[in-house]
Amino acid sequence: MIRTFFCTAACALTFVACQPTAKKLPIIGEREVVQKEIEGKMVADTIYPTIPKFEFLNQDSVMLSDKFFDNKIYVANFFFTHCPSICPTMQRNLLKAYEKYKNDNRIAFLSHSIDFKYDQPHVLKSYASKLGVDNEQWQFVTGTKAAIYGLSDKYLVYTKEDASVPGGYDHSGYLVLIDHDKRIRGAYDGTNSEEVEKLLADIDILLQEYK
Amino acid sequence: MRLFHIFIILGITIFSLAYLASCHSNLNIETAQYAVNGQKLYTTNCQNCHGAKGEGLGKLYPPLTDAAFFKDNRAKLSCMVKNGMQGEIIIHGQVFNEKMPANPQLSELDIAYILTYITTNFTQSDSIYSHQEVKEALKNCN
Ligand code: HEC
Repeated sequence: MIRTFFCTAACALTFVACQPTAKKLPIIGEREVVQKEIEGKMVADTIYPTIPKFEFLNQDSVMLSDKFFDNKIYVANFFFTHCPSICPTMQRNLLKAYEKYKNDNRIAFLSHSIDFKYDQPHVLKSYASKLGVDNEQWQFVTGTKAAIYGLSDKYLVYTKEDASVPGGYDHSGYLVLIDHDKRIRGAYDGTNSEEVEKLLADIDILLQEYK
Repeated sequence: MRLFHIFIILGITIFSLAYLASCHSNLNIETAQYAVNGQKLYTTNCQNCHGAKGEGLGKLYPPLTDAAFFKDNRAKLSCMVKNGMQGEIIIHGQVFNEKMPANPQLSELDIAYILTYITTNFTQSDSIYSHQEVKEALKNCN
């Protein structure tokens, strides 16, 4: 009995002591191990899924590509301006992160509209400024249905045009954290305040990797 | 033994009274009940846009904390909630011009509960929106 107690205590101590240095975010998604030839030797290499290249029109009617996010970490999500259900809460929460890191150029934010019919750049512009976004750190983009919905799969976010749900589009409210190599390092329910707190903490952890 | 029982009963009575009084000293019981029912309905139907404390969101969704607006529009609030609204309004001196969707799923009584909740909790009002008042108001929507 006493021995078990000491063991547990010791384990807990080690765990606590190790935390600050060992803390690293996982890489999310199915990994693939491939054999690669390096200097004549075969070695195993692990490949993680990444967000592919993209190009979309933003709220200023300017083409925005993945290049904008090079050497930055960023948080991405999917929404639409007239969404009556989860989006207001999700955007209210993402706004907290935006305000916390405002003018910190190590991090950016990217909201994709899934209402490719209505959310033209000027609609996105008006939405962004009414939300309280007044610099280019948080980008709002629109594109073809195929491009946006195709990319949402890569972020592991569910999106679907569906006349039977309020607003006409069904989607999940994840805030997805992406690193410099365009890999997914976390996904947080943007409608849940505890998970949003975790996102804020994880952003700081991820930023530590690029000091 | 008898005495003991009496003590317990007395204790419970005093406790309940104190509890009721401390909760809503300025609300009568019926108003308080309406507000409690309204809170649940508010959370599921309104909170996403208007916020947990009725604080709104930027210039997209107006706060529900402008007592003067509620007072001036008392007769119209039921229609606003039931049928949604759009066009320019001024809340705390700030212009809002967006669109609020209709709430066909809410009954007259639901609306009475919700309006009682938002006016007593987000502003200092202590008056109830009765079922009857909402019913009358909804007859005059335009
Ligand atoms: C999809 C977002 C959304 C939802 C959900 C929503 N509203 Fe609104 N509400 C708005 C918008 C936008 C306006 C401002 C409309 C305008 O500009 O004319 C508004 C205006 C109002 C107003 C009048 C202005 C004010 O600030 O006092 C009241 C009262 C109100 N809403 C109550 C409610 C209630 C009660 C519910 C739940 C049954 C609700 N709303 C649900 C978006 C929403």
